[in-house]
Amino acid sequence: MDASAPPISVRAAAPSRLARIEAVLPWAALAVAGVGLPLLDDSYFGVIAQRACIYWILVAGLNLVVGFAGQIAIGWVALLTLGAYTTAVLTAGTVTTEWNPFLALAVSGVVGAVFGVVVGLPALRLRTFYFAMTTLGFATIVTQVALAWKSVTGGGIGTAGPVFPWPFDPGWGFYYLCLILAALATWMTANIARSRFGRALVAIRDAEVAAEASGIAKPALLMAVFVFSGALAGVAGGLFSSLQSYITPDAFTFDLSVLFFIAILIGGRGSIMGPLLGTIILTVLPEFAAPLVAWSTFLYAALLLLIVLIIPGGIADLLDYKNRRPLERHREIVPRPELLARVLDRRSGGNVLSLSHIELSFGGVRAIDGLDLEIRPGEVHGLIGPNGSGKTTTLNVISGYYAPQAGEVRMGAAILPPRAPHLRAGYRIARTFQTPRLIGGASVLDNVMIGGTIDGQGSFAESLLTLPRHQRDEKQLRDAALQALAAVGLEQLAAVRADRLQHSELRFMEIARALMLRPTCLMLDEPAAGLSADEIRRLGALIVAISREGTAVLLVEHHADLIFDICDRVTVLNLGKVLAAGTPAEIRSHREVVSAYLGA
Amino acid sequence: MLESIVSYGLAVGAVYALIGITYNVMFTASRVFSFTAGMLGMLGGVLGALFITKLGLPTVVAFVLVLACGAAIGVVTEIVAVRPVLKSLEQHLYVLSTLAFALMVQQLTAIEWGTDAQPFPRLIPIGPGWLDQQFWLPLLACAVTIVGLELLYRHTLIGRAFLAIAEDSYAARALGLPEQRLRMASYALAGVIGALAGFTGAEMLLAFFGNQAILNFYGFVPVALGGMGSNRGALIGGLALGLFQQAANFLVGGIFAAVAVFVVFIVVLLLRPEGLAGAATARRV
Repeated sequence: MDASAPPISVRAAAPSRLARIEAVLPWAALAVAGVGLPLLDDSYFGVIAQRACIYWILVAGLNLVVGFAGQIAIGWVALLTLGAYTTAVLTAGTVTTEWNPFLALAVSGVVGAVFGVVVGLPALRLRTFYFAMTTLGFATIVTQVALAWKSVTGGGIGTAGPVFPWPFDPGWGFYYLCLILAALATWMTANIARSRFGRALVAIRDAEVAAEASGIAKPALLMAVFVFSGALAGVAGGLFSSLQSYITPDAFTFDLSVLFFIAILIGGRGSIMGPLLGTIILTVLPEFAAPLVAWSTFLYAALLLLIVLIIPGGIADLLDYKNRRPLERHREIVPRPELLARVLDRRSGGNVLSLSHIELSFGGVRAIDGLDLEIRPGEVHGLIGPNGSGKTTTLNVISGYYAPQAGEVRMGAAILPPRAPHLRAGYRIARTFQTPRLIGGASVLDNVMIGGTIDGQGSFAESLLTLPRHQRDEKQLRDAALQALAAVGLEQLAAVRADRLQHSELRFMEIARALMLRPTCLMLDEPAAGLSADEIRRLGALIVAISREGTAVLLVEHHADLIFDICDRVTVLNLGKVLAAGTPAEIRSHREVVSAYLGA
Repeated sequence: MLESIVSYGLAVGAVYALIGITYNVMFTASRVFSFTAGMLGMLGGVLGALFITKLGLPTVVAFVLVLACGAAIGVVTEIVAVRPVLKSLEQHLYVLSTLAFALMVQQLTAIEWGTDAQPFPRLIPIGPGWLDQQFWLPLLACAVTIVGLELLYRHTLIGRAFLAIAEDSYAARALGLPEQRLRMASYALAGVIGALAGFTGAEMLLAFFGNQAILNFYGFVPVALGGMGSNRGALIGGLALGLFQQAANFLVGGIFAAVAVFVVFIVVLLLRPEGLAGAATARRV
């Protein structure tokens, strides 16, 4: 990067010391309470606290699946069951030789990870309700097998759980084991949540299409999360078998699944502190309402209904007072195109994106009918035409959402694989959408950082443990995102939750996200729709500046003025065919175009 | 053995098919998959046993009351768990609101009715063998429901209105159809069908609160395999599932039958997520 470039002021995004203390304080309070709890010397509290820790180990992992990735995995109790029986059976010595409890606990983690993938696999292909149903079915099956496989599980009579040796012997020793593992689980999930993987999970939840366009491969990511989450559930199960000291299939009712699920929803999706508090509350509450024990499931269910209907955001939303502070009323977006050189960091020459003889019909409708198009680096190429002429369809063919029946799309010499939108980012093809695809619950900065996901080097495991490569990725992504935001003029809003932005700001945010890819080709789908005349003028200047950095820009737009002002080349589509192509001046005087589209 | 596989299999299959149709009726009206289908089936059995055995009502009166209760609960489901979430932007919440409602009802049943499976009285004293009501009653109910729905959807105005809101609810509203009342009506109808399934299948499945989870899952399998919204798919899928399950029960034992059904379900869905009958995928961009 050019060291002499002017410094960029990003005050709004850099957290102050006070904000940092504010963020750490609740965690510190919880840690002190957790470590100091044995001072109360009340073994009853001890058991409740152990249970809360164990539940949290499971919920921490499940939180990534449910709260972050938005997958409705209801039957997670099945993994707890598997983990519990694995540890109990291995340490009991009835089936095998007696295992060391810690080794058995580790095996539980592995079993949990394997079955986490088995349960999670359907999420890659199935719709929400179907996936919820398969997890539920899996939970039913596991309980039935535990009941029937008497030679191993002891059937309905059950089997004894292990006792961990000193220093983790029953009582406060075991409590500290649970607490340490719970703290570890919290730390690791928090690391993931704050990494590009965590942001990608939220992107899959809230804006899957945008996630794909940013090169996020949903299957690989979800599998990694299911492995991790399953492993945590397996370990939690192993500890649970020791806590219960004796386990039967009755110990793993569906109520537990509901409890885990509600803990996350009460806490709030996409938060870690919220679900942690939710878990503690739900574990502790029934203990103080003994007469209500029979009604506990009913109350959980009622609570679930209330949360869904009244506070879908959960505790985290209530605590998120910062995002309730009013924003400045009259905000103006002032892009700074002079910063683009640093954002785009052009090292090599661009490539030509070319379409040849593309044909695509939907049923009997020929949406695109033998289209040839060439988009050259350094030029703004306008694509106009009446509604239904195939403009957005063309964009979708280039982005790989539609596979053309004939013809091919090339980037330079390489043929782009059809129907693989998540591979487009690798070719440095970025795009925006007609309706902005925002990740509403995430900050503007996070939204923009999504755009650079494929440039991260570290693996999921490295992020889990915040190894150096992960930290380097994070710093680079963050710096690049702040620069991109500064370039489009939104840096003051970096910390604001994206769903609080105005429509025009979302359009610029999407452009910033696309710039994160340092695109060879940038496709803009009606970026000026809904913008004021002033904003359109600034947008035009920004687009021109982007193209002058060597980017090939494809602009689909209805504002004829903008098109003719900034385009180097214009193609007019009608009924999926090229009606005319040439410089703006040629198009403006083209007889058919004028009569068919522009009007006299 | 073959005889009992077929008679049991078809009877259980008919109950699954009816629950599948219950899912479908709710789905076509609201594009919402509701977790309450199994609950309705469970209540059909429990309420039937309550009215006939405990309260000593005549069979016909009890039958009508059960169906009426099903309809009422269907309407409550719509008001409490479906309508509020349809308004919100977050589209997947319905999974949770209907699940929560179903769990509340289930738990209430467990507390008030008890957690033990209780017998359901024999209504028509003929038999044994094929003539036994527990074998033919669910099949009859299933046949009546399918024919009835066909007639309703094809030959009545309200049935066509159902299809219209299923096809395109915006356009239907623009035409002046009372979408909300039609949706309530179809939830009531689903309630009747679900309760009918539970009532006719109860001699075999017993009056048991735990049937909710079982029916929820096994009733969903035919819908998932036959394609959502397709009643014929649900019928064929339901009967096939019943036969397969009973055959596996006899041949390899109950637990592995459950595992086998689950494995087949997952594998088929992974290969064809839209179901065997198939449906177009929605536009995304």
